[in-house]
Amino acid sequence: MKAVYFAWVRERIGMPQENLDPPPGVVTAGDLIAWLRARGEGYEYAFENSATIRVAIDRVHVKQDAEIAGAREIAFFPPMTGG
Amino acid sequence: MTGPRATIRVQAEPFDAAAESAALTAGRRDLGAVVTFTGLCRDEDGRLAALEIEHYPGMAEAEIARVAAQAEARWPLGGLCIIHRHGLIAPGDPIVLVVTASRHRAAAFEAACFLMDYLKTSAPFWKKEHFADGTAGDWVAAKAADEAAAGRWDREG
Repeated sequence: MKAVYFAWVRERIGMPQENLDPPPGVVTAGDLIAWLRARGEGYEYAFENSATIRVAIDRVHVKQDAEIAGAREIAFFPPMTGG
Repeated sequence: MTGPRATIRVQAEPFDAAAESAALTAGRRDLGAVVTFTGLCRDEDGRLAALEIEHYPGMAEAEIARVAAQAEARWPLGGLCIIHRHGLIAPGDPIVLVVTASRHRAAAFEAACFLMDYLKTSAPFWKKEHFADGTAGDWVAAKAADEAAAGRWDREG
């Protein structure tokens, strides 16, 4: 699946997007965050307060307990500050 | 889905609030109220040189449309226009526009307020500050007050 990152999540990870191939044990968006965190310093920094991270699957907001099976695009970003 | 009278745009270019409002009401004889809200970039007492607004292309438009559809389901709107800019925005320049039109003022006022509260907390945009003294700015933190403002519509619903 394609992962996309925005704002300081993007800056801390150091790239705007990448393709991910998580192992079968990664079922929810929260699992994916935990799996990503272990990938290196930038990911650890981006997800250090993982509860604050917002997730969208195929461009729709979801909670971190949402299952990622079948997702084409999963996005991680901080709380929004538009308007 | 939003109705045929909803205009939603996400763009880098500035917008003309008066022109958008005029376009929404042109030729209409059924409308009794039009509310126009424009959000501006402020300089934070001279501290800020600009705001940089990042967005999630595709989802930004989709999420604004979802919020607009909620407003249309909740209030009898005769017209609706929402424009949100992205990119580098200078103090004094407009960031966001919400225009709501209805037969009576209450629906137009309330829908505009609802739309702004929900846009702030659910549309995928992020502001980064650029400081006037040349130092690197940081991302604007989300405010609990904005979450609370959006939450009050659930309680009132």
